[in-house]
Amino acid sequence: MSPVIPIRAEIGCADAPVLRERGQREVFCGLTGIIWLHRKIQDAFFLVVGSRTCAHLIQSAAGVMIFAEPRFATAIIDERDLAGLADAHTELDRVVTRLLERRPEIKLLFLVGSCPSEVIKLDLSRAAARLSAHTPGVRILNYSGSGIETTFTQGEDACLAALVPQLPATPPEAPPALMVVGALADVVEDQFARLFAELGIGPVHFFPPRSAAALPPVGAGTRYLLAQPFLGDAARALEARGAQRLAAPFPLGVEGTTAWLQAAASAWSVAPERFEQATAAKRERARRALARHATELAGKRLFFFPDSQLELPLARFLARELGAALVEVGTPYLHRQHMAEELALLPAGTLLSEGQDVERQLDRCRAARPDIVVCGLGLANPLEAEGLTTKWAIELVFTPIHGYDQAADLAELFTRPLRRRMKLVA
Amino acid sequence: MQLTLWTYEGPPHVGAMRVATAMEGVHYVLHAPQGDTYADLLFTMIERLPKRPPVTYTTFQARDLGGDTAELFKTAARDAYARFSPQAMLVGASCTAELIQDDPGGLARALELPIPVVPLELPSYQRKENWGAAETFYQLVRAMLADAPRTAYTGRAAAARPRCNLLGATALGFRHRDDVRELRTLLGQLGIDIHIVAPLGATPDDLKRLPEADFNVLMYPETAGLAAGWLTRQFGMPATKTIPIGAKATREFVAEVAALAGLDADTALAAADSRSPWYARSVDSTYLTDKRVFVFGDATHAIAAARVASEEFGFQVVGLGSYAREFARELREAAKRYGVEPLITDDYLEVEAKVAELQPELVLGTQMERHIAKRLGIPCAVISAPVHVQDFPARYSPQMGFEGANVLFDTWVHPLMMGLEEHLIGMFRGDFEFHEDAAPSHLGHGQPAPRPAAAWVAAWVQDAEKELAKIPFFVRGKARRNTERYAQERGIAPITLETLYDAKAHFGR
Repeated sequence: MSPVIPIRAEIGCADAPVLRERGQREVFCGLTGIIWLHRKIQDAFFLVVGSRTCAHLIQSAAGVMIFAEPRFATAIIDERDLAGLADAHTELDRVVTRLLERRPEIKLLFLVGSCPSEVIKLDLSRAAARLSAHTPGVRILNYSGSGIETTFTQGEDACLAALVPQLPATPPEAPPALMVVGALADVVEDQFARLFAELGIGPVHFFPPRSAAALPPVGAGTRYLLAQPFLGDAARALEARGAQRLAAPFPLGVEGTTAWLQAAASAWSVAPERFEQATAAKRERARRALARHATELAGKRLFFFPDSQLELPLARFLARELGAALVEVGTPYLHRQHMAEELALLPAGTLLSEGQDVERQLDRCRAARPDIVVCGLGLANPLEAEGLTTKWAIELVFTPIHGYDQAADLAELFTRPLRRRMKLVA
Repeated sequence: MQLTLWTYEGPPHVGAMRVATAMEGVHYVLHAPQGDTYADLLFTMIERLPKRPPVTYTTFQARDLGGDTAELFKTAARDAYARFSPQAMLVGASCTAELIQDDPGGLARALELPIPVVPLELPSYQRKENWGAAETFYQLVRAMLADAPRTAYTGRAAAARPRCNLLGATALGFRHRDDVRELRTLLGQLGIDIHIVAPLGATPDDLKRLPEADFNVLMYPETAGLAAGWLTRQFGMPATKTIPIGAKATREFVAEVAALAGLDADTALAAADSRSPWYARSVDSTYLTDKRVFVFGDATHAIAAARVASEEFGFQVVGLGSYAREFARELREAAKRYGVEPLITDDYLEVEAKVAELQPELVLGTQMERHIAKRLGIPCAVISAPVHVQDFPARYSPQMGFEGANVLFDTWVHPLMMGLEEHLIGMFRGDFEFHEDAAPSHLGHGQPAPRPAAAWVAAWVQDAEKELAKIPFFVRGKARRNTERYAQERGIAPITLETLYDAKAHFGR
């Protein structure tokens, strides 16, 4: 691969060209987001309207079947539905009625569209409206998690975008409020809530909420911070309701977290001394915790296969705070506007790729022999067998990694495979 | 539309992947949207295969649907041939591609690739994984033998050893790899050579030589029944009917293959060495007598497990079921032998309700039943796919053959309280270490599972409750349930000392 990117140190990768590829994509579809969304919104149920493949995907991606009766399921379309022998809408009504009878505690039901339901043009928004009218006490919404429209984490984006119109409106005279957008682990949410309180920023709402009854209000006074980098549609929907985005890098690592908090602090005109007072000790503690990992990761060459859209912020953290070298940073989709701050911080000359042709990307990866490959579960063991060290990307989505106190945990996700390989070789 | 929480089988194209991945020199081009690549992780993570499945996904997206998805397929197939140079190519559609009707078979033919291209028609909205594997293997065998003369093989020299094929082992199969090794050894000892093992480890060229064997060993009817039947009809090749799971069935299998090979089975059977029948007879196993066992799995493993449980270990089969509707007839026949209602369903909730209702003392099932059993606090051993990473142990652990019978004894009996241990705990009941909430020592010190909430709450008079406490704890739960059931059925309330002993007499065995 010849270097196609001019070195321009002052602006990072802001104007860098991106290698765009299409071909086989080794990524999950948006249905996978259900795995963490149903844990986050604890009284919501996700009903995929799809095929046996959809059901199999969710249970395989979840890895284990720990929840006896989970808050997700699949309404499997069968040949009778396709042949028109059964009216798909009547069938769906029947399935939803049975489901809600079994699970009276459910307050929010998502009908989740899939590839087959999109292709046969089953109108789930119509179904959701009809079913909502028949089931008082249960809010029924729909979004698409189909692979033809969404990649992995975009499922959360679609889900949140579907929720935005349901948010209560803030009164016109309401004072500004901060909304943190994107599912975070509860422990991380609590940490951020304490930080914002110390900064004197408030009221603060988190979206999605832990309960369907606690939908945060939105309006012209809403300033929102994206906690996750894959929320393009949800952001657009929030802006349509008057909310304004606070541009910031994402809260990964000490630098990202500080800049992210700073964006809110500036909007709330928090005095620099107060910001310093609230964050200095936490920054210092996080830096101390990172130091050990920095010695292990300095100079290590990293290769990112596209997976969760977290790749750019992760690469920025690993390069700037831990001294790693970036061989290639692949992302399924590059949202230029939301990534502007991240791109500016990325080392100039980084090879960025968007989309995927997995065979060609594997060729590049094998040729580069990086020290760590960040990739999906389908590729990890085969690459390990070839002698490469890998970090499975899905763990970066399922583990609390945001904020100061998780910075070292995040670093460890990368040092552990290195350390393991060294131990096993010795 | 069917409401599904967990599914026992994947879609049929996953079955096709199991065949392609098991083989060498086959590549599968699958017309599929983004996301269907999840299936790769079944093989790389669950089975820990060190290579990617030989599958190319076309990965079409919404924007392609208005355009030319057919061209996308052709490009993918052409590129896959150029990159992987397979001996044969499978082409087909996943559930979504089936709806857009691009005809992968026709498109691939138009490419005029210089290798056999086998189009797969796997109806995703009717069929499931095992059927997909069987159909794929059958279509491949047919395609590779399309031009072969339809005569029974007579080429073996009189002095040469008889030989057979082993059919049915796939990737992601429940202990398939170890079963193949066990049968290879067993048949070798009998003086029978293994000609071709397929699909596992076979190339398309190997399939062309299948009729050169004297007979086929049909290991798993779920995946190779179709192909074996076709080989019988077309080439006069007999196929075995006995599934050698359990010591008894293995002995019958030996007799069956010896007859097919024209050998004397008696010497081989006399030399057969299996500890399992002796362990089952040993006095420590007395406590296994009439343990109530619930069996669920694919049809082959469930039927075999029920027989071993009943005839070899002396358990009582209280429930038998399978998610494999294709084998409903066989399962019903087996259920008759134990006087139980067959449970043929792929609805996990139905299975769970059945287990809760029957309150067995041991569950032999799939990973799904393991979860059911865990929640109900019932010991469980896994006997069948769907598989989990635990079902690919590092050690040699077959289900078939004499060693397989030993494995069954160990894995089914270990979750139960050891006989002597159970006896000692009974002797020392009330001791501070041996109380009813203590788990069996070999199971660690987990928290006992909460009792499922009963719809009917029984009132006990104090005397009866006290008497119940005198019953050894490991049967106390059962005594309580039986008494309450007895009282409920007869409308007796509250439960007295007399009710307790009436129930004991009623349920006593």
